[in-house]
Amino acid sequence: MSVGILGKKMGMTQIFKENGERVSVTVINAGPCTVIQKKTEGTDGYNALQLGFGEKKLDKVKRPLTGHFKKANVKPSKNLKEFRLSKQESDKFNVGDEVKVTIFEKGSFVDITSKSKGRGFTGVLKRHNFGRPTMSHGTHENFRHGGSIGCATPARVIKGKKMPGHYGNAIVTIQNLEVVDVIEDKNLLLVRGAVPGSNQSMVRIRQALKKPGVKK
Amino acid sequence: MNIINVIEDTYKKEEGNIPAYSIGDKISITSVIAGEGKGKRVQTFTGLLIAENGSGINKTITVRRISYGEGVEKVFPIHSPKITKIKIESQGLVRRAKLYYLRDRIGKKATKVKQKKTK
Repeated sequence: MSVGILGKKMGMTQIFKENGERVSVTVINAGPCTVIQKKTEGTDGYNALQLGFGEKKLDKVKRPLTGHFKKANVKPSKNLKEFRLSKQESDKFNVGDEVKVTIFEKGSFVDITSKSKGRGFTGVLKRHNFGRPTMSHGTHENFRHGGSIGCATPARVIKGKKMPGHYGNAIVTIQNLEVVDVIEDKNLLLVRGAVPGSNQSMVRIRQALKKPGVKK
Repeated sequence: MNIINVIEDTYKKEEGNIPAYSIGDKISITSVIAGEGKGKRVQTFTGLLIAENGSGINKTITVRRISYGEGVEKVFPIHSPKITKIKIESQGLVRRAKLYYLRDRIGKKATKVKQKKTK
């Protein structure tokens, strides 16, 4: 698995392909990211690259982290994330190197991870896609309920029963999103379809796990 | 400028390629309806421009005509590369942005609006 990149979700729009097909795309401001730390099996027990994305003023950085950035001799970044890689892959990069959006090709597929929009305490209709009880035939005060949650035997609620509760604000990965365009000079990535989270939120982009090397 | 608008601008048609139409005009639109290369099929749809919807790259226009006694409406995304030509046949003079009232009309009145006087 090759290295990924960090980015910021900018919003959605529609574009036309050369053949006239209209596609909805999410615009992501991806990278450039700096390699801040290189973890190795000898010192850390696994191989990984720590990437930094976004600018942060030096006086806003917490003191323990200032030393971390100083050691790598790079400007402080807003977001830090690790990408676990094989030794061969991580040896391609050194501390201080830049990872750019050009690591992805037009037509390839990516997996995108981000924090989804928080929805608070929600009912079963929104949270688990339950069907709605009938609105007529004498139904009253029972229009969005989930119905029965069990039966007389075993006289308890089965574990994992889908019920109302907190929904959203969780890490979500969307797999196999097609890269529609890569705009190198503006560090932009256009992917087909929706990406979890609100605009301006941080996203983590990797080569698609289930479609490595596949091109459309 | 918002980055989304910058992206849209790169995919939009140049302003000179779209004629300055207004609602009520009789226009004909030539578009590729199927196929590519040799098997490409091109069709021209002529009718009254009754509405404009959306903005930016998503802008669409609705064209209405009476075909064999049946009202037909087509919605065209004007920035689509499949639309090769937009021609204004004649200019109309209307006071509405949406001419949906024409849908309820029968006969000659259904396809006619006041014409703009040309010098």
